[in-house]
Amino acid sequence: MTEFDKIKEDMEEWQNSVSDKKERQRSFRNLSDIEIQRLYTPNDIKDLNYELDLGFPGQYPYTRGAYPNMYRGQLWTMRQFAGFGTAEQTNERYKFLIEHGQTGLSVAFSLHTIYGVEATDQKALGEVGKEGVAIDTLEDMETLFDGIDLSKISTSMTINAPASILFAMYIVTAEKQGHSPEKLRGTIQNDILKEYIAQKSWIFPPEPSMRLIVDTIEYCTKYVPQWYTISISGYHIREAGSTAVQELAFTLADGFAYVEAGIERGLNVDDFAPRLSFFFNSHNNFFEEICKYRAARRIWAKRMKNKYDAKKPESMRLRFHTQTAGVSLTAQEPENNIVRVTLQGLAAVLGGTQSLHTNSFDEALCLPTEKAVKIALRSQQIIAHESGVTETVDPLAGSYYVEWLTNKMEEEAENYFEQIEELGGVIPAIRANFFQKEIANASYKYQQEVENGEKVIVAVNRFQQEEQSTIPLLKIDEEVAAEQSKKLNNIKKKRDNTKIKEELEKLQNAARGTENLMPYIIDAIRVYASIGEVINALKEVFGTYHEDSIF
Amino acid sequence: MDHSDLISKLLKGNTRAAARLITIVENDIEAAEQVVNSIYQYTGRAYILGITGAPGTGKSTFISTLTKNFIEEGKKVGIICVDPTSPLTGGALLGDRIRMKQHFSLDNVFIRSMANRGQLGGLARATEDTIKILDAYGCDIIIVETVGVGQSEVDIFKSAQTVLVLLVPGLGDDIQVIKAGIMEITDIFVVNKMDLPGADKKVSDIMQMLEFKSSYKYESADFDEKFAKINQWTPEISKVNSKTGENFEVLIKLIEKHKLFLQQSGIILNYLKNRIKTESIQILRHKLTKKIEDLMNTDAEIDKYIDQVIQKSLDPYSMANQIIKMLGLEK
Amino acid sequence: MSEKRKIKVLVCKPGLDGHDRGAKVIARALRDAGMEVIYTGIHQTPDDIVNTVVQEDPDAVMLSILSGSHNALCPVIMDKLKEQGIDDVLVAVGGIIPDEDKPFLEKHGLMGFYGPGTDLNTIVDFVKNNLKR
Repeated sequence: MTEFDKIKEDMEEWQNSVSDKKERQRSFRNLSDIEIQRLYTPNDIKDLNYELDLGFPGQYPYTRGAYPNMYRGQLWTMRQFAGFGTAEQTNERYKFLIEHGQTGLSVAFSLHTIYGVEATDQKALGEVGKEGVAIDTLEDMETLFDGIDLSKISTSMTINAPASILFAMYIVTAEKQGHSPEKLRGTIQNDILKEYIAQKSWIFPPEPSMRLIVDTIEYCTKYVPQWYTISISGYHIREAGSTAVQELAFTLADGFAYVEAGIERGLNVDDFAPRLSFFFNSHNNFFEEICKYRAARRIWAKRMKNKYDAKKPESMRLRFHTQTAGVSLTAQEPENNIVRVTLQGLAAVLGGTQSLHTNSFDEALCLPTEKAVKIALRSQQIIAHESGVTETVDPLAGSYYVEWLTNKMEEEAENYFEQIEELGGVIPAIRANFFQKEIANASYKYQQEVENGEKVIVAVNRFQQEEQSTIPLLKIDEEVAAEQSKKLNNIKKKRDNTKIKEELEKLQNAARGTENLMPYIIDAIRVYASIGEVINALKEVFGTYHEDSIF
Repeated sequence: MDHSDLISKLLKGNTRAAARLITIVENDIEAAEQVVNSIYQYTGRAYILGITGAPGTGKSTFISTLTKNFIEEGKKVGIICVDPTSPLTGGALLGDRIRMKQHFSLDNVFIRSMANRGQLGGLARATEDTIKILDAYGCDIIIVETVGVGQSEVDIFKSAQTVLVLLVPGLGDDIQVIKAGIMEITDIFVVNKMDLPGADKKVSDIMQMLEFKSSYKYESADFDEKFAKINQWTPEISKVNSKTGENFEVLIKLIEKHKLFLQQSGIILNYLKNRIKTESIQILRHKLTKKIEDLMNTDAEIDKYIDQVIQKSLDPYSMANQIIKMLGLEK
Repeated sequence: MSEKRKIKVLVCKPGLDGHDRGAKVIARALRDAGMEVIYTGIHQTPDDIVNTVVQEDPDAVMLSILSGSHNALCPVIMDKLKEQGIDDVLVAVGGIIPDEDKPFLEKHGLMGFYGPGTDLNTIVDFVKNNLKR
């Protein structure tokens, strides 16, 4: 009898001894609806091969971590997402955060910027500066980073449809500070596929959008080699209501689609894959999240090596940023969110994230106040310096539960990959509304489980209290829109408008062909064309996208 | 309740008045009667298209493109979109509007979403009255769109002058759907998404199916002998691409051709007669059913009959005959 | 045979905000409660919404806004409805609406203000109990 058989036998006995004990639920299922057993033993991972399935951190298949010594060498980047109001206001907030220990910048843009619409446009009514910093022209970008040395800091810009334009502005801003593009470090989110799937901030149809993305990838391989060109995102997919497995599968599927697009362009996979990065959510189920990150690394490494023939280790290494789940924050008893965020942040750290944004406790109600954002940052600092979890790499490896669940999530993700393949790939699957249906169903199911009490949200559907505490909220001045409009109008008077017309025409001509559009975009914004003007010029060539609404 | 204010606004082309009146006829059959009374003489101008197809055939995009073409011709279009009511909850998600409105502005197009409310005949009545309202409102063309699988949907199409059914290449189910009763009344089969492989095969599938049909729409029993000799309408098949607009001019010419056929052959009169008969049956069915139900619940005479049936001195069929006598309906 | 009156509801997302998870869940819940629901989709301008109200004649309009633009968009929508002579429709706004903005919105005729964490039955009952006709 092997050791495994003995354990199996003993376990049966043990199960019998527990069988008459009542449990709190009929079954325990995690957020991906995977049933979780009472206990995990070596039998659950008896086929686990250390070399092949786990390996060492910083080595294929990277299950145990992207880098060899992880946080012993360098802590994750504490990168709090920020942006609101005018460029001046956000510039102040950035300086505040840097002063208090933040190590990388992360830019949130105004909704009108995200959609490539000018602040003065009808469609921008009520939106300017509310959800992020209002940027219309290069001048705004210069103000945003005024007094911040772009060669010394890395910046993540959360922008998708107009990413190429904002990136162009960043490059020119740095240039004006005297820094050449090779010095620049940071990332643009630039992940349009998840927009069609979840966040819905698209402008053009899928094909021209992919072209723009590959243009930025190609441009960076030549001129901005330290830049991460896409932050392939699962965060939004999860926020839209997907399960953890769906988040894992759909995000990686998007990643593979970008790799294939790059290869189709004729680029060598090892030239651009090292600069792809990921962005995951960190939600409530502690172990599920940790296993998700480990499974992600292993899946990516295997595919890059076996399917896409990557040779460089950096191409196979999945690096990711994490944000704690916005959707899990409650408006009721907002202080409780500090606890939620801490647990979610801890899961991300135990999962090996490279950078982390922790939400502020008041974010179910508004953009964060200074006090709230400071606590969020402190949560990270306490995890990093007081909890001891950084003392060793991948501390949970070898746990029967963790390794079992990591395997299980990989398995379920592979099921999804098959389904997507059958539909012809990510873009056909988007057109067939495959992802959107899965997400709509998962989110409705979740809501029902919350409604009938199966899923507990403390102080919302259990332990509720009548009186609500009020906390001070951040208020965005309606003045911002007026100010931004004034700025925009001024710039349009000051600049050379004949040049604008010229550059936009050149851009349109190039767009009709197959040239890389980055140099043309850079030229246009350099003479202070607005984002809205560039986008409109491109819309004339690319058209706009309309979705089928699925629910 | 007096709706004359709304009605006079309707006749002047006021959109809100039309919408309010549609709500009224949808929900209140007594009021519907008054409304139709007042507006009937102003109807008859609009040309009515019935459009259906299985899910996945791209109806919404097709209708949008078709409508865009009509608008370019200067026509005013009304679209009635019917979606199923959930038999479990009684509610409905009316999802067609959202797919359509992006293709044109709402100045020349009136879109109204309706739930079929799971009722035999009830839907057809409400839709028929809505058509009249949109007709009096000034629509040149009225499109009625449904998923087309139920009996009530087939009834709706009796109100339509030209019936189009959508199919797409690669979808196996769609031919099954039309076999379910729509086939007999289809005037034009439209193969949408003609850019997809298999479009031509779909056309030949349809042609094959038509060969096996034993009768055409205008050959039914109540079809006037006189017209049997004049050219029949053999259902036409048309391919289109709703995304690019390809072939829509051809399709619209086909619709015109059908319209002309109806007029020249005089069948249009027959169609009108059938439509009126069908509509009357619907109205009568509703009125009589209501009358009978009221009677059953209030009439003392009937209570006596019920007692007799309980005592087994009368059976239910005989009781029904007694009631028919009571109502003076026996001939 | 009398038919129980069906409540017709429009669920809309005005402005640029594309976060439609809540709106879709609410649309489904209202349907499950027996109502006839039209979801207008994202990126609706005030004119889009008002035109739809004019044609569809719903009993209630539910606006879902999470981007903070409610103070600007809601009054514009209410004014346009008034211009059309529409005053018997329940107009509710939900999403992220800070308490301090409620009086201003109430003054313009809006109700509701439900946000994340509200259970769906509350919203269904709210619609049933606040219809204006």
